[in-house]
Amino acid sequence: MHVLLVDDEKEFVNTLAERLSFRGFKVDYAIRALDALALAEKNVYDLAVLDMKMPGTNGLELKGLLEKIQKDMKFIFLTGHGSEADYVAGSSESACYLVKPVKIDALIAKMLEAVKP
Amino acid sequence: MSILNQFKPEFWHNSELSTGPFRQMFNYRRIWKIAVLLISLVTLLPLIFITSIDYNFTQKSIDSENLLRTLRIGSNAKRSISFFLSERISALSFVVRTNNLQELSQPENLGIILTNLRDSFNGFVDLGVIDQNGLQINYVGPYPLEGKDYRDQEWFKEIKKKGFYISEVFLGFRNVPHLIIAAKHSLPDGSFYILRAALDTNRFNELLSDFELSGRGDAFLINHAGVIQTPTLYHSQIFEKIPYSVPTYSTHTEIREEKNKAKEDLIICSAFIPDSPYILIIVKKKDDLMKSWRETRFKLIIFLVISISVILLVILGVSTYMVNSMYLLDQRRLSTLHQVEYSNKLASIGRLAAGVAHEINNPLAIINEKAGLIKDIITYTDTGPKNSRIVELIDSVLASVERCGKITKRLLGFARHIDSAIENVQLGNIITEVLGFLHKEAEYRNIAIKINVADNIPEFQSDRGKLQQIFLNIINNAFSAMSDGGCLDIRVWREGESDVVASITDNGCGMSEGDLGKIYEPFYSTKTKTGGTGLGLSITYGLIQELGGKIHVTSRLGAGTTFTITLPLKPANPAKQDS
Repeated sequence: MHVLLVDDEKEFVNTLAERLSFRGFKVDYAIRALDALALAEKNVYDLAVLDMKMPGTNGLELKGLLEKIQKDMKFIFLTGHGSEADYVAGSSESACYLVKPVKIDALIAKMLEAVKP
Repeated sequence: MSILNQFKPEFWHNSELSTGPFRQMFNYRRIWKIAVLLISLVTLLPLIFITSIDYNFTQKSIDSENLLRTLRIGSNAKRSISFFLSERISALSFVVRTNNLQELSQPENLGIILTNLRDSFNGFVDLGVIDQNGLQINYVGPYPLEGKDYRDQEWFKEIKKKGFYISEVFLGFRNVPHLIIAAKHSLPDGSFYILRAALDTNRFNELLSDFELSGRGDAFLINHAGVIQTPTLYHSQIFEKIPYSVPTYSTHTEIREEKNKAKEDLIICSAFIPDSPYILIIVKKKDDLMKSWRETRFKLIIFLVISISVILLVILGVSTYMVNSMYLLDQRRLSTLHQVEYSNKLASIGRLAAGVAHEINNPLAIINEKAGLIKDIITYTDTGPKNSRIVELIDSVLASVERCGKITKRLLGFARHIDSAIENVQLGNIITEVLGFLHKEAEYRNIAIKINVADNIPEFQSDRGKLQQIFLNIINNAFSAMSDGGCLDIRVWREGESDVVASITDNGCGMSEGDLGKIYEPFYSTKTKTGGTGLGLSITYGLIQELGGKIHVTSRLGAGTTFTITLPLKPANPAKQDS
C-alpha cells in the first residue's frame, strides 16, 4: 500500500513514516500541503493520512485538492485537536478521524479498513 | 414573635442578597420602607388635612350656630319682654287718658278698670291713682295703700319727667316679688295725675320660661346693677348679684363667652330692655351646647381611624406584595445570571482544556512515535541492542503515553459536548465518562464505587453535555458528603417503555428535612464555608427539567442520600431543548 503522510510536525511525520515502512508500507511524507500536492502529482497513493490543522491549507482543504489529483485516494484524518467542529467536519467527509497519540496498530487497522474495496 | 415571623416576607431577612456595583439599589427592606412611607404620606396627609379642616369647620360652624341661635333667642326675648311692659304701660296710658281724675277717684270705677285690665292683661295686682302732689287718692287692691304719699320717692320724681315708669322687681308689703308700672296724664293747666299698677312677676317668669333654650339654658332678668330680678335655674337667688360681669349698655343684643367659677365655658347673651331697668340675660353652658358636636366629632374620629387603618393595610399589603415580587424576580434574574456565568465558565474551561489537550497531544504523539520507532528498530532490524529490558522500558513509555492520551481525549470529549446538542447517548457510558474524572479522588479517599447498569438500557436521544453536568454535579456532591472510605452506589435501570432511571446513593452525612426542602433553591448551600456556591443542585434541577426529566431525593441525617433521576427515552420537547 502506498501511503502519503502529511503533518506539519516533522518529528512526528518522519518517525511515523519510518515505522510504517518497517511494517511493509510504502510511505512518503510531507510537512506542507504544497509538497504533498507535488508528491501526489508524481506518485499514485492508495491512502493519505492528513493532519487536520496545518499552517496555510488545513486537512479538509488538502483532501479536496488531493481528490482532484487522485479521485480514488482514501483519507484518514489525524489531529491533536478534538474540537466539535473538527469532529463534525472530519466525520462528514466519509473519512476516519483519529486523535493523536494513536497506537500504530490502531492506525494500520484503520488504514486497511479505509482501503478495503 | 414567631407568628410575626410567619408574616414576614421573604425579602425581609435577605434584603441585601444581590451582587454588583448597584448593590444598594437592591436593599429591598429599604425600598419597602420608602414605598410604605411615601405612599402613606401622599394618601394619609390629604385625608388627615381634609379631616382636620372638616373638624375645625364643623366645630366652628356648630359654635357659630349656637352663638347665633342664642343671639336670636335673646333678641326675640328682649322684644317679647319689651312688648309685655310697653303693652301694659300703654294700657295704663289709655286708661289714664280716657278717664278724668274725678272718674278715677271713684273706687267703683277704678275697681271696674282693674277688673277689665286683669281680664285683658295678665299680671295686674292692684291699681292706684296719685295726684300731682304724690298722694294716692284712690286705690283698689289687696293692701291698704290709700292715702299713701309718694312725693319723696324717686319713681315719682322720675315719672314727672318721663311720663311713665317701670320699677325694678321688689318684694313689697306682700313679700312677693312684683314690680310697679305707672303712667302720667298731664292736663292743659299743667296739673297731672298718675295711674299706678303693681304687676305680678309670675307672668314675667312664664314668659322667660317659654323661650326654647337648648342646652339647658337659663334666661332671667337683672337690673342695671346686676341684681337678679327673676328666678334662675342654676345661679344665685333672686335679688342677689349675678356671678358674672354686668354687661355695659348697648342698644343691641350682645353675646359673649365667659368662664364661671367652675371654669366651665359659658355663652352669655345680654339685652337691655328699652325704657326699663332690666337687662335680659341668657346663660348657656357651652359644654351642653356642643353635645351634638361631640357626637359628630366621635363619628369623624372613628371614620378617620378606620380609613387610616384600611389605607395602611392596603399600603402595607400592596407594597409588600410588589417588593416581594421584585425580590423574587431579582432572585430569578441573579440565578439565571449565575447559571449563565457558570455555563460560560464551563465553556471556557472546556475550550481551555481542548487547547491544552491539543498542545499536549502533538508532543505526546511524537514521544509515542519515537518510542515506537526505537522498539521497531529493536524488533525489526538487527542494528539495535537485543535487550528485553529496553523493550520493557519502551513499552512502559508507550503505556504512559497511552494513559496521557486517554486523559487528553477525555478532556477533549468533555469539551466537545459543552454546546447543547441532541444526539444518541448511552447513559452507562456517560456515567463512566464522568467517573473517569473522579476515579483518582475515589482511589485516594478509598471510596468504593459500585456501578450497576441494566442490560436493557437502550441508546436514547438526549443532550450529552447536560447529562455529563447533571451526573458530575450529583456525584461531586456525593463525594463531598462522604468521608474517606465511603461507598457510592450507582444503579441504572429501565422503567416502563418510556423512561430510564439512574439512582446515585452515598453513605455520607445526609441532610435534615429542613435542608431537603431547600436544596434546589438557588444560593442555598450547606457547604458555604468550604466554597459551595449553592448553585450546583439548582442548575442540575434546571437541566433535568430541560431534558424533560424528574429528580427525587431521599436522605437521612447521618445515613446518606439517594438522588433518583428519571429521564425520558425520547426528548420531551425539541423546541424547548433548542432554546
